[in-house]
Amino acid sequence: MIKSNIKLLFLSFLLLISLRPLQSAEMIDPIKVDWSFKGLTGTFDRASLQRGFQVYKEVCASCHSMQYLSYRNLGEPGGPEFSEQEVKAIAASFEIEDGPDSQGEMFTRPGKPSDKFKSPYPNVQAATAANGGAYPPDMSVLVKARKGGANYIYSVLVGYEDPPAGVTLDDGVYYNKYMAGNKIKMPNNLMDGLVEYADGTESTVDQMAKDVTTFLAWAAEPELEERHRTGVKVIIYLILLTILVYLSMKKIWSRVDSEV
Amino acid sequence: MSEQEYTPKSKAGKWFNDRLPLLTLGAHLTDYPTPKNLNYWWTFGGILTFCLITQIVTGIVLAMHYVAHADLAFASVEHIMRDVNYGWLIRYIHSNGASMFFLAVYIHIFRSLFYGSYKSPREVIWIIGLMIYLLMMAAAFMGYVLPWGQMSFWGATVITNLFSAIPLVGDSITTWLWGAYSVDNPTLNRFFSLHYLIPFLILGLVVLHIWALHVPGNNNPVGIDIKKPSKDTVPFHPYITIKDAFALLVFMIIFAGFVFFTPNVLGHSDNYIPANPLVTPAHIVPEWYLLPFYAILRSVPDKLGGVILMFSAIFILFVLPWLDTSKVRSAVFRPIYRQFFWILVIDVLMLGYVGAMPAEGIYLVLARVGTIYYFLHFIVVMPVVGYLEKTDPIPMSISEPVLTGGTEPSLARKVNDKV
Repeated sequence: MIKSNIKLLFLSFLLLISLRPLQSAEMIDPIKVDWSFKGLTGTFDRASLQRGFQVYKEVCASCHSMQYLSYRNLGEPGGPEFSEQEVKAIAASFEIEDGPDSQGEMFTRPGKPSDKFKSPYPNVQAATAANGGAYPPDMSVLVKARKGGANYIYSVLVGYEDPPAGVTLDDGVYYNKYMAGNKIKMPNNLMDGLVEYADGTESTVDQMAKDVTTFLAWAAEPELEERHRTGVKVIIYLILLTILVYLSMKKIWSRVDSEV
Repeated sequence: MSEQEYTPKSKAGKWFNDRLPLLTLGAHLTDYPTPKNLNYWWTFGGILTFCLITQIVTGIVLAMHYVAHADLAFASVEHIMRDVNYGWLIRYIHSNGASMFFLAVYIHIFRSLFYGSYKSPREVIWIIGLMIYLLMMAAAFMGYVLPWGQMSFWGATVITNLFSAIPLVGDSITTWLWGAYSVDNPTLNRFFSLHYLIPFLILGLVVLHIWALHVPGNNNPVGIDIKKPSKDTVPFHPYITIKDAFALLVFMIIFAGFVFFTPNVLGHSDNYIPANPLVTPAHIVPEWYLLPFYAILRSVPDKLGGVILMFSAIFILFVLPWLDTSKVRSAVFRPIYRQFFWILVIDVLMLGYVGAMPAEGIYLVLARVGTIYYFLHFIVVMPVVGYLEKTDPIPMSISEPVLTGGTEPSLARKVNDKV
């Protein structure tokens, strides 16, 4: 009885779920990429993270901030894992405003690993004004802040096209088939050979888009590798404990004439 | 409370127990006679206690690092995720814990509905339970506001605006709730204060819930009154404790699956965008566990009407023990009501689903049909079916039909099949 009811319940639920495509017909699904960080034991591709940081630094960082990251994060386990010297050098390449000093004056100094990533604009308003009225979003948690996550970010980066006939775009607006509403104020900044990768990888648009998306995925979830590792251990432990408790339960309940 | 007086063995124990009978209470809790035929749907009380304690413990730690200020809240959550030792783990347990808490409470409530646990003499347990559920919704809603993301802000705006539907004083009440002329820093600050308070109110009500339970004792799948203690009962410890522990561990495996492998799947991606009063998200949706009520709210074209109906959907449950006219508790022996029970389950799931969809077209129609059935179920189906239904024969005791199966084999089989 209960079983057949549960079946009915399940079927009606499937019916409801199948109604879903009706709603999201106007947006096309992002490209599905087989990311290395997907799955229960997924980890980041270290080389890709380092290349992705390079793309971010040379291309994205002129407009997009990453205010919740510190330079030290670049050397931490589970991330791009630059060496201590490299992290220091990266940090020192930025001029950071500090202060006030004992005279009450603000001053600039070379960055330290403990500094937060330097933002390209002093505030949201300045960033908006400098970019034609569209604020380039902070990218610290961007991958978590978009439906579709890494697939979506990657798709937008490679999704620029000429607008279809009949679609007219204002100045400073671009056509992108994966962007909600298809209109985006960010120009297509990636072109083949734009950056010169330190490891010699050929910098195609697709390669750069994948690398920078990987970097952003790590930036949004720097704990991902540790989370996956811990999760596997926790679940194995819980399953073993569950089996032991189940056997104990069977033994204890064998004293009474009732099933558990 | 205990049937037979408990005497501590040691002299010190006796001295203390005479002054504060904590040991008597402990003995009562250990020996508490529990029906031996409780199935796994009965393990959710223990699971819910675990959920509450988990939320309180992780919440206290989070509050040590969180900053309840409109300019700093979002950044402080990122600080927890990135800089606090195991901050990501604590926060993900807390945010997914809320969902697991509601998953468990819905199973607990529907178990009560199926087996008639809300009926005499357990009405007070039921009502206290509903008060806990109401407080849980308040706590969850305010907790969702704290990260101060887009859904936090706009969810808070939608829900607090409901009060403006009250005639005459609505706007004043809304302003008073906000502490400002819109959802702003004072709102966030007071929500944090209340979010910290409510779990302890819930804890107090849980004590009353269990106390009220221990007066008549547990209902059971057969739904009959049983003699306690008797061969129909087992002592709570070790029989029920070990069974609850087993069920809890299975629950924890699912919980851990969410926390470690898909920690954000139950949330909304927009909540990782900092709150912006100038940009309204395309679809404002509450967390999944509030969706059925959201669907009811939006199914009414009139704002005040929607608000009244939404609150009625919860408050009608308070009079449920008096709407149900059936003398038989368990739906196992109620062939007609049992069908309606499953229709209600499907109805609520459907309401939840359409609550997540835009309120237009087919979804609006489904929401209206679902809302009408929801109320019909309680106002018409329960009194009428209880009155007209011919129930199946009920066994005299839990052990009897099973053990003396020879005398009435058909009944014995029936009970075994269904329970």
